[in-house]
Amino acid sequence: MDAPSRRRLFVLVIAAVLVLALPVLAAQPPTAAAQDGFVPVSRTAQQETIPAARLVVSAYGFVWVMLLGYLWSIWSRLGKVERELQAVSRRIAAGERRG
Amino acid sequence: MRRLFLPLTIVAAGMFMCAPFLIDGAPYESTMGLVQKIFYFHVPSAMTMFVSAIVCGVASAVYLFKGRPAADRLAAAAAELTSVFGIIVLVTGPLWARKAWGVWWVWDERITSTFVLWLIFNAYLLLRKYGGPGSERLAAGLAVFGMANVPFVYWSVNVWRTLHPKTTVVPTLQPGMRGPFWFCVTAFLLFYVLALSARAHLEARRAELETLYLDIEE
Repeated sequence: MDAPSRRRLFVLVIAAVLVLALPVLAAQPPTAAAQDGFVPVSRTAQQETIPAARLVVSAYGFVWVMLLGYLWSIWSRLGKVERELQAVSRRIAAGERRG
Repeated sequence: MRRLFLPLTIVAAGMFMCAPFLIDGAPYESTMGLVQKIFYFHVPSAMTMFVSAIVCGVASAVYLFKGRPAADRLAAAAAELTSVFGIIVLVTGPLWARKAWGVWWVWDERITSTFVLWLIFNAYLLLRKYGGPGSERLAAGLAVFGMANVPFVYWSVNVWRTLHPKTTVVPTLQPGMRGPFWFCVTAFLLFYVLALSARAHLEARRAELETLYLDIEE
């Protein structure tokens, strides 16, 4: 076996050993990190398929917007009617003075 | 009512501010988890919608049989509030259903009949606005019909097989859930009474304005 072939075989053996060793490494007991502190994991792995928090916040937000919006609507309509009432009353009073 | 309006408004505002903290402290439901917390605003809105539909129907019946204009004004105010609370119910329900059932909307008996109830009171409002002279009486008849729909909507979940939770949910609530729920119901009903009186006052002022315009024309 010539030198380049021997080198190629050596690299192949090392790669095979590493690949075969991976499951063994993965099965090792947890390191100190799991006991002394939390190891963050990918957010996507822990996320719900349908996020409940977003739905709850949307529901409560919608209720608040609707109720406040309705109060504002009554307030503004009442203000408009009051202004119109005053204007009409003034017109009637002016007409009576002239008459 | 005028003297009590401001203090009661402050109480209602305080209750709505406290409600999220009470709801946050309420226990999670075992099968639905966090999303079940929509219940604390969804069901009180539905109860208020039913109360409003009944108020509108009774006031309309009084207007039809006794001809009292004040009853008609109260009915108009209640119809608008039925529509407002109906929108809240029909929006918060699908937000809850999306997580609990996996779909936004199901054409089942409870949901469809609630939607029909909401449509009836919107028809009432449209009829009053665009129906021309005399449409108040026609709208009043529609409101009585809408009120008659309320028991069907309420018991629909017990009569037909639907995805929607049954009416037994509320009487069998656990103590941790019962307190926040009835607190929210009280807050919604207090808001309803205040909004109804303000809206009826608006209708009364509109009637006064109409009388003044008629005086000018004469």
